[in-house]
Amino acid sequence: MLVLVLDTATPAITAAVADLGDGGIELRAQRVTVDGRAHGELLAPSIDAVLTEAGVKPFDLSAIVVGVGPGPFTGLRAGLVTAATMSSALGIPAYGVCTLDALGAATVGTVLVATDARRREIYWAVYRDGLPGTPPKVAKPAEVAIAIASEGVLRAVGEGAEKYAELLGVSAEAPSFPPPIEFARLAADRVRAKAPSEPLTPLYLRRPDAVEPATRKPALAAGER
Amino acid sequence: MRDEPLVLGIETSCDETGVGIVRGHTLLADALASSVDEHARFGGVVPEVASRAHLEALVPTINRALDDAGVKLADLDAIAVTAGPGLAGALLVGVAGAKGLALATEKPIFGVNHLAAHVAVDTLEHGPFTGPAIALLVSGGHSSLLRVDDLSAGVTPMGATIDDAAGEAFDKVARLLGMPFPGGPPIDRAAREGEATVSFPRGLTTARDLQSHRFDFSFSGLKTAVARWVEARERDGSPVPVNDVAASFQEAVCDVLTMKAIDACRHAGVQTLVIGGGVAANSRLRAMAQERAAKHGITVRVPRPKLCTDNGAMVAALGSHLVAAGRRPSKLDFPADSAMSLSLIGV
Ligand SMILES: Nc1ncnc2c1ncn2[C@@H]1O[C@H](COP(=O)(O)OP(=O)(O)OP(=O)(O)O)[C@@H](O)[C@H]1O
Ligand SMILES: [Mg+2]
Repeated sequence: MLVLVLDTATPAITAAVADLGDGGIELRAQRVTVDGRAHGELLAPSIDAVLTEAGVKPFDLSAIVVGVGPGPFTGLRAGLVTAATMSSALGIPAYGVCTLDALGAATVGTVLVATDARRREIYWAVYRDGLPGTPPKVAKPAEVAIAIASEGVLRAVGEGAEKYAELLGVSAEAPSFPPPIEFARLAADRVRAKAPSEPLTPLYLRRPDAVEPATRKPALAAGER
Repeated sequence: MRDEPLVLGIETSCDETGVGIVRGHTLLADALASSVDEHARFGGVVPEVASRAHLEALVPTINRALDDAGVKLADLDAIAVTAGPGLAGALLVGVAGAKGLALATEKPIFGVNHLAAHVAVDTLEHGPFTGPAIALLVSGGHSSLLRVDDLSAGVTPMGATIDDAAGEAFDKVARLLGMPFPGGPPIDRAAREGEATVSFPRGLTTARDLQSHRFDFSFSGLKTAVARWVEARERDGSPVPVNDVAASFQEAVCDVLTMKAIDACRHAGVQTLVIGGGVAANSRLRAMAQERAAKHGITVRVPRPKLCTDNGAMVAALGSHLVAAGRRPSKLDFPADSAMSLSLIGV
């Protein structure tokens, strides 16, 4: 069964085609491009590229698996809305995977998984032998250091941990970004069971800033002519 | 097929999730979901709230449009989407979603200019543009006069607001008068119950202004004048005749808009004036434009009010026009461009 994997919850714009055979799960093509500001531009060409490289037509896909965050809102939505329209257009199910789960899936022991939440905060959770031990949260690195003090965390993974290793008091290791194959692994049971399509609810973890309404700027100021 | 392209258009530049389907100049579906109620208490659109709502509404709105039109995605000739201008995060939801559709269906995609779409939408109501036209584009974020020779080739700006947009002035004055957001519709309604008894200033209309700003607009002085007038009344402790103030304000806006639009037509020797954007829904603007244009043998084209405010049909209409004109589709890597210039019809 061929599955399209997407994740835009971190600066790593991720697209992959995975093959779920009887023997196991294999990646047929993948693109991971690190660019925190170009999710809207780069995701679609990456999908196009992995489909072409894998020799797969959209109608050959059995499911779409997408990272539902947590992640910076605008980039996160690019992946989710792409998965949603593709799954609807192809009539195939879409499944969500927590992006921190994918990042922590291959870790051993008690590990802090952290991605960059911008504004000097991180999205984080603690994993024990690859399984989530705490729910995903967003917090300042110094607060996370206190929160994990009693968890017995020995190592950390993810770009958020790399960036704030000192404040967190744990050394950071690879991977920086979620490996594409882990999304396919985490959704494999649902794909194989042909589970119903899921509502792709983003893990925003923060409320919208309901500050000043958007100030309007004309695209064409009088002086611009 | 090429003369009457079947196009689905997606609009998410502000607070409306719009999906329209057209065949050539025929409107087949115009599905809309709005987050306007979620913004009302803030007195303006909150970008993140709008973006979240677009993500939730997009697929259901696409499906509703397909159902209404009785067509399948496989039947489409192309997909069109607003690439800009607008709120960056909101635009991105539509752009990424449209690219997903294009990838899944292997159809061409056209990223188009929201403002040009506000002009193009009238072709659904009154057929293709037959000759050159002057467009008065009056919306929440823009107030411009444009010369349109061939919409698929581009528009030529003649003038624009130097401060607030017309719709923005309606929204700010409505707020001042204690009316809900967006302010255009309640002012339009109140004005019908009142009379234009107060003479508010007409921006950029003095002989001197006309030399340097003949086709430009200014509404911020008008807004301030209304605020001062209302404050003075309140200070006196006398009641504010809300309906009369609304009518007087609206009269001032419409007076300047129509006067300059007709001047632009006459200056350019053009017989057609097309009005688009949310403020084109205003009943007084529509009536005054017809009345004044008739005196100069100018034909006014303005679509029904529902097509004036943001919708997906306008995006589909412009997309269909570009397909018919043989324009090349956009590449899959085009960005959502929050400040997209009017010199670009498509990307
Ligand atoms: N009947 C009306 N009379 C006057 N103004 C109106 C009326 N109906 C809507 N409007 C105004 O139209 C504006 C919304 O128009 P539109 O949806 O085209 O704007 P926008 O898409 O937010 O801005 P832009 O198109 O410039 O990006 C609002 O400012 C609203 O008050
Ligand atoms: Mg608009």
